[in-house]
Amino acid sequence: MNPAPSVIVFTVLSGLGFGFLACLGTGLLHPTGWTAFFVWGFGYALAVGGLVASTFHLGNPQRALLAFSQWRTSWLSREAWAAVATLLVLAPVALSDWLGLGLPRGFGWVGAGLAAVTVLCTSMIYAQIRAVPRWHDWSVPLVFLAFAAAGGAMLSFHPQLAMLMLVVLAMAMLLHWRRGDGAFAKAGSTLSTATGLGTIGTPSVFELPHTGGNYLLREMIYVVGRRHAHKLRTIAAGLAVAAPMFSLLLLPEGVAVVVAVACHLVGAFVQRWLFFAEAEHVVGLYYGKR
Amino acid sequence: MTAPPLDLSPPVSDEIRQTTCYMCACRCGINVHLTSGKVSYIEGNRDHPINKGVLCAKGASGIMQVTAPSRLRAPLRRVGPRGSGAFEEISWDEALKLAVEWLAPLRETAPEKLAFFTGRDQSQSFTGWWAQQFGTPNYAAHGGFCSVNMAAAGIYTLGGAFWEFGAPDWEHSKLFVLFGVAEDHDSNPIKIGIGKLKDRGVRMIGVNPIRTGYNAVADDWIGITPGTDGLLILSLVHCLLEAGKIDLEYLAKFTNAPLLVNSTEGPEQGLFVKNAEVQPFVIDRRTGMPAPWDGKGVEPDLGAVWQGHRTVFQHLAERYLAPEYAPEAVADRCGVTAARIRALAAELADVAFNQAITLDRPWVDFRGDEHASMIGRPVSFHAMRGISAHSNGFQTARALHLLQIVLGAVETPGSWRLKPPYPKPVEAHPTPHFVTVPGKPLSGPHLGYVRAPEQLALRDDGTPARIDKAFSWENPFSAHGLMQMVIPNAHAGDPYRIDTLFLYMANMAWNSSMNTAAVMEMLTDKTADGDYVIPRIIYSDAYASEMVAYADLILPDTTYLERHDCISLLDRPISEPDAAGDAIRWPVVEPDRDVRGFQSVLLDLGARLGLPAMVNADGSAKFRDYADYIVSHQRRPGVGPLIGFRGDGTLEGRGDPNPDQMARYIDNGGFYQAHVPEEASYFKPWNMAYQDWAVATSFFESPQPYLFNLWSEPMRRFQLAAEGHGHVQPPDHLRDRLKLAMDPLPIWYPPFGDAAGADFPVHALTQRPMAMYHSWGSQNAWLRQIHGQNVLFLPTKIWTGQGFVEGDFARVTSPSGVIVVPVAHMAALNEHTVWTWNAIGKRKGAWGLDADAPEAAKGFLLNHLISELLPEQGDGMRWANADPVTGQAAWFDLRVRIERVGPRDQTAPQFAALPDPPRASGGRGQDPAQDLAKNFLKFLGSGRKGQNT
Amino acid sequence: MTSLPASTGTKLGLVIDLDTCVGCHACVTACKGWNDQGYGAALSDQNPYGADPSGTFLNRVHSYQVVPDDAPPQIVNFPRSCLHCEDAPCVTVCPTGASYKRAEDGIVLVNEDACIGCGLCAWACPYGARELDMDAGVMKKCTLCVDRIYNETLPEEDREPACVRTCPTGARHFGDLGDPHSAVSQLVAARGGFALMPEQGTKPTNRYLPPRPKDRPDQASLLAPLLDIKATGFAGWLDKVLGKI
Ligand SMILES: Nc1nc2c(c(=O)[nH]1)N[C@H]1C(S)=C(S)[C@@H](COP(=O)(O)OP(=O)(O)OC[C@H]3O[C@@H](n4cnc5c(=O)[nH]c(N)nc54)[C@H](O)[C@@H]3O)O[C@H]1N2
Ligand SMILES: Nc1nc2c(c(=O)[nH]1)N[C@H]1C(S)=C(S)[C@@H](COP(=O)(O)OP(=O)(O)OC[C@H]3O[C@@H](n4cnc5c(=O)[nH]c(N)nc54)[C@H](O)[C@@H]3O)O[C@H]1N2
Ligand code: SF4
Ligand code: SF4
Ligand code: SF4
Ligand code: SF4
Ligand code: SF4
Ligand SMILES: [Mo]
Repeated sequence: MNPAPSVIVFTVLSGLGFGFLACLGTGLLHPTGWTAFFVWGFGYALAVGGLVASTFHLGNPQRALLAFSQWRTSWLSREAWAAVATLLVLAPVALSDWLGLGLPRGFGWVGAGLAAVTVLCTSMIYAQIRAVPRWHDWSVPLVFLAFAAAGGAMLSFHPQLAMLMLVVLAMAMLLHWRRGDGAFAKAGSTLSTATGLGTIGTPSVFELPHTGGNYLLREMIYVVGRRHAHKLRTIAAGLAVAAPMFSLLLLPEGVAVVVAVACHLVGAFVQRWLFFAEAEHVVGLYYGKR
Repeated sequence: MTAPPLDLSPPVSDEIRQTTCYMCACRCGINVHLTSGKVSYIEGNRDHPINKGVLCAKGASGIMQVTAPSRLRAPLRRVGPRGSGAFEEISWDEALKLAVEWLAPLRETAPEKLAFFTGRDQSQSFTGWWAQQFGTPNYAAHGGFCSVNMAAAGIYTLGGAFWEFGAPDWEHSKLFVLFGVAEDHDSNPIKIGIGKLKDRGVRMIGVNPIRTGYNAVADDWIGITPGTDGLLILSLVHCLLEAGKIDLEYLAKFTNAPLLVNSTEGPEQGLFVKNAEVQPFVIDRRTGMPAPWDGKGVEPDLGAVWQGHRTVFQHLAERYLAPEYAPEAVADRCGVTAARIRALAAELADVAFNQAITLDRPWVDFRGDEHASMIGRPVSFHAMRGISAHSNGFQTARALHLLQIVLGAVETPGSWRLKPPYPKPVEAHPTPHFVTVPGKPLSGPHLGYVRAPEQLALRDDGTPARIDKAFSWENPFSAHGLMQMVIPNAHAGDPYRIDTLFLYMANMAWNSSMNTAAVMEMLTDKTADGDYVIPRIIYSDAYASEMVAYADLILPDTTYLERHDCISLLDRPISEPDAAGDAIRWPVVEPDRDVRGFQSVLLDLGARLGLPAMVNADGSAKFRDYADYIVSHQRRPGVGPLIGFRGDGTLEGRGDPNPDQMARYIDNGGFYQAHVPEEASYFKPWNMAYQDWAVATSFFESPQPYLFNLWSEPMRRFQLAAEGHGHVQPPDHLRDRLKLAMDPLPIWYPPFGDAAGADFPVHALTQRPMAMYHSWGSQNAWLRQIHGQNVLFLPTKIWTGQGFVEGDFARVTSPSGVIVVPVAHMAALNEHTVWTWNAIGKRKGAWGLDADAPEAAKGFLLNHLISELLPEQGDGMRWANADPVTGQAAWFDLRVRIERVGPRDQTAPQFAALPDPPRASGGRGQDPAQDLAKNFLKFLGSGRKGQNT
Repeated sequence: MTSLPASTGTKLGLVIDLDTCVGCHACVTACKGWNDQGYGAALSDQNPYGADPSGTFLNRVHSYQVVPDDAPPQIVNFPRSCLHCEDAPCVTVCPTGASYKRAEDGIVLVNEDACIGCGLCAWACPYGARELDMDAGVMKKCTLCVDRIYNETLPEEDREPACVRTCPTGARHFGDLGDPHSAVSQLVAARGGFALMPEQGTKPTNRYLPPRPKDRPDQASLLAPLLDIKATGFAGWLDKVLGKI
């Protein structure tokens, strides 16, 4: 799959944002006054920024509001609702934190739950796609949620929880990669099933339907860069998990969080780029490319 | 929620105009939809006899052809050096004046100094007539480099040919064998036919080194080694003879098998024994005595011997029963196992004789004998350039016709039938006319069918009279001329120098030439005095092709939707076996540029030159334009370009010109059909009902029944000359070749290309892509997305043998050139063969494409490897790379060597980019104003129904 | 809208005969031509005369080689367009309701007025049947020529998809695959028509007919010589063949 920058930015930032908002909602970090304004503002900025980035991927963004209509079936629609609900439900909490209104924390917990649901919905946009076997797996929500939790915990200056979540994230990522590597084969789609010609013999591509390019080739059949997948996996894991852990363990608290979050974010981008670049769509079978 | 409102019945357009497609030469009927006066959609005309509603990929993309930015815009005069592509736009008046200035003096002094050659147009009866009026002997269309072997072998043997002039009986056939066809001119009819066979579960066998397209859907594939079909076919004949599975009655009654071959040594040897009336005769089985070949009740005896003269049948049987034609003897050379050959022969025999069909249709033959029914041998064949584009193609095509005939599988139900005006015996065709008289028309048509050495187009000194050396000893039966030799001969001044080369619709500076790079040099070469060796070049094209840069004067044509055209029974009509048919084109839209239909321009030029048939007594132009010519010209009294709606509008075939004719054709969907009566539909050469209908419909002046020529007397006459008989004698160096090639019975000899030797072990072929027409598809925005570049396909043996991997290029070397090209693997391919799609490669800068277009950077031509002359022989001569009988260009004789060179980023050779000639702008998605409007609409959120052409 | 209809009685679709398709691409450009002027936005082309031309097509024809174990290699041409799946994942993922499956005939369509061009449906389709138009920014796909098949301004016989109408070999068949008695259903039954990638769980409506078995092994000759020509000579053969002995 083509790792479109807008989609990478969207999933990474909004994941981090909703993770952080969830932590704020539960009071894991409890800023007050103008600090609260900026801290909550930061959380909102990440979440909303991510969402806005996602619209750059649209062919007709002016109709984006229509995306709320299909919550019954569409995870993207559900995500839209969940995101808005999260942002709305947490707004009074944020206001209360800023202005000291003393709203009961219960609201925050509901918001945190919604934030988790939002991240889950985001992940399900990918996990539901059966045609991309690497994505069509429960490890995908796990990875997305673990990223949100680990990032949120780090931003919330909660090293213990952050360490725990980073460990979970590490395991989730490993699991996702391991399961993902066998997913395409396990899904059972081959050029033989794609064409039904397996009953005659072994099919292979003779000529493509066009020598010119097309949307499918650009969007779904991305073969560049996969060669370096293993190196990139190490980098992703190192930056998203190992580096933050070391900095949380070794550096003074304030610096540690900044360094940890920065590394983690870069690692998240690498992981997300790989998440797309490594994912093979079954349509590639028709083109003899995956 | 509910489904959004959806208009299920949107009107398709404002208006439909019916005309004839010209994205290729198949001539399908099209419905052109117009919306707000612009072409908005093109679909097939369901009532049209050729395509019955279907269209091919090209036809359905016509809209991109009519809007292509490569369209020329106005007449052009060269201002820079030739080949530089520097032009200025001039008016039509200036252009025509210039042409007259060049041509008028030639006509008055030496008309042969004009060479007028046309490409794949469909107005040859008109362009030939024009050239005849001008008085030059130097006229032909493109058939010489195309498939004249097929045409000539067919006419000399059967009185009709493959191409689109015959067709399998798709409704009744039970076995179809296809030799060497990728696409052919009859594109849609063949596809429709294959569909019909498939519907009935009829078996189809493909004989082709390459298994794509039609051969891919064939039930059986015989991946023959190129150039060996003749051997395979004669081996099939061997098997059939051996088993006695031949149609003796058919051979006796309808072919020259029972004629007696003169065995007396001397000038008559091998000619037919004639009676006092100089008629060949047969021995009647009933009496054992000579009888007229066409006598009522006569039962010709195939086994007769009369005064020591034996029948053709015995000569034929003896030859092909010889062990050299046994499957075991030919298998290795053909690349087909002996068992496979025997199995194929068995299948042919089984279907022809055990599954014969009988149609309950009584008919009367030319002898007056009555037949209660029509018995059919439901085996059909079709063949084209895979057979004919070899230097042994004429004889191979003859061999295939022999196979058809011994099976009784021509013009019988279920077999292969001719389309009117064929069948037509070779004797009914003209012989070549070539004698020039300054200021006067030629006495008859240029092209024809030579029957004896005396009819060759030779000057008094025995040298060729024509610039292309057609109808000379080098290629006596060159019925279509030799377009591929015009430029080399004109450049060499051999047989003489010309002044003006006038070309129409042929991309001679690129894909239609052999040895393209050398041809470009010949076109630009100068003499010591600094003049061009070919002093003047006039060219008519509709688009910015490679050839445009090499002309001095360009007469820009319209596109096919903007002009009148006539698809006439006088040349290449749209007949089907059950109906004669012709068609027109008419301007369904007006040109938006200063361009004119070429035929109208030619008439204008003719009138300005004062060509007799084109001016009235007062010197004024006789024809307003081509449309006027189509309707009012008469070839013979009552016979004109179109057969429909003549006279008062009710006459068919013959009748006075009808001023309303064009309108009637337009009302009728652009075509007309004259239906063959049912009792006349088979056995046409011998069926009196057909003969009478053909006379009524104007194909003949009197019935012309004839016998199929298994033994070719005209060929034998040339052999006799080569043996030293007769007063018209060939040059000595050609005697042996003539003795070999002019065998009166089909033979096989190795293609001349084999002489390249062991250094060039691989055969290299091209195929027509179904979705492209030669060079002219590349300017089409839709089609070039399908075929924007080509690769050379390598068989497994070469691919793995030389360790090729995806992305590799190969150096391909022939005896005359080198190219470096991308390669790909193909398993379903003869192991000694490589191939690519034809004419995808383009020169940088041509066709209105960006200079970095993949067609130029990655695409390539095999033409750089093919020379028009063979390497020097032992005798120091360089013979033409052509069939020695017809002069057909032997494109597929090419032999190469392949070497892996790893990845490259472009093909070689590359040539300097051609500068853009002035041309129409716009084109698909190219109109900035429309783009702006569309973006604005999109901004407002209503991109719907946006048309973006 | 993106809920799939519980079931559609009528299941309109295509049946494509791989035994007959010669790979001519006629259906490709006929489809392009019809849909360029018909349903929704035109099918745009980018860089049409340049180095890297590309554009929107709703139907594309691939070509595969198949190597059987014990017979010569084959080439099979393979048209690919929307299969109008019963469990169409492209529909359920659509956030806007633009993608929908018609309850009355099972045709899967995109309501371009509601499409935001998110591309999700194209991801969800295993068959590559959807292409986002770069000019209009909306998702394009085969409409089964819904604007032809019911079009009352067209003569009855023309109310079939443009690709079916144009296919020169008649390799494309259109009809109701929900009706076991329809011509297309019968064809599928007779020829062993199959669905593509059944493992993807999409339940395609379209069916493909497999190539018929090819390349009979060399059979022993049924063509026995009339007699031993070596022994009897040409004269013996001639007499035998002409029925004189
Ligand atoms: N290697 C190789 N070379 C081959 C062959 C092969 O098999 N292999 N095949 C040979 C054969 S059989 C043939 S027929 C030739 C074909 O070769 P050409 O006859 O040269 O065919 P095209 O490339 O189509 O070029 C025809 C020219 O006509 C122009 N044209 C198109 N439409 C119109 C119109 O309406 N009016 C006018 N005035 N001009 C128009 C085009 O722009 C183009 O420049 O190629 C030959 N070359
Ligand atoms: N779409 C499309 N249609 C066209 C044209 C086009 O450019 N595009 N061009 C038109 C023109 S001008 C012509 S002349 C016709 C030509 O139509 P075809 O006769 O179909 O010509 P080619 O494509 O050259 O195909 C020749 C076939 O012969 C095979 N072949 C080569 N050598 C041998 C051999 O020795 N034995 C056998 N058995 N097979 C062999 C090749 O593999 C190939 O399949 O097509 C016409 N129709
Ligand atoms: S075969 Fe195709 S391009 Fe040729 S005339 Fe017919 S529709 Fe037109
Ligand atoms: S039009 Fe018919 S034969 Fe041609 S590619 Fe399409 S399905 Fe195949
Ligand atoms: S083929 Fe693809 S686009 Fe068509 S219905 Fe099935 S999933 Fe949807
Ligand atoms: S691209 Fe359009 S049709 Fe497809 S999922 Fe997005 S909104 Fe729906
Ligand atoms: S049914 Fe219509 S839209 Fe679908 S592929 Fe055929 S022509 Fe294109
Ligand atoms: Mo040709």
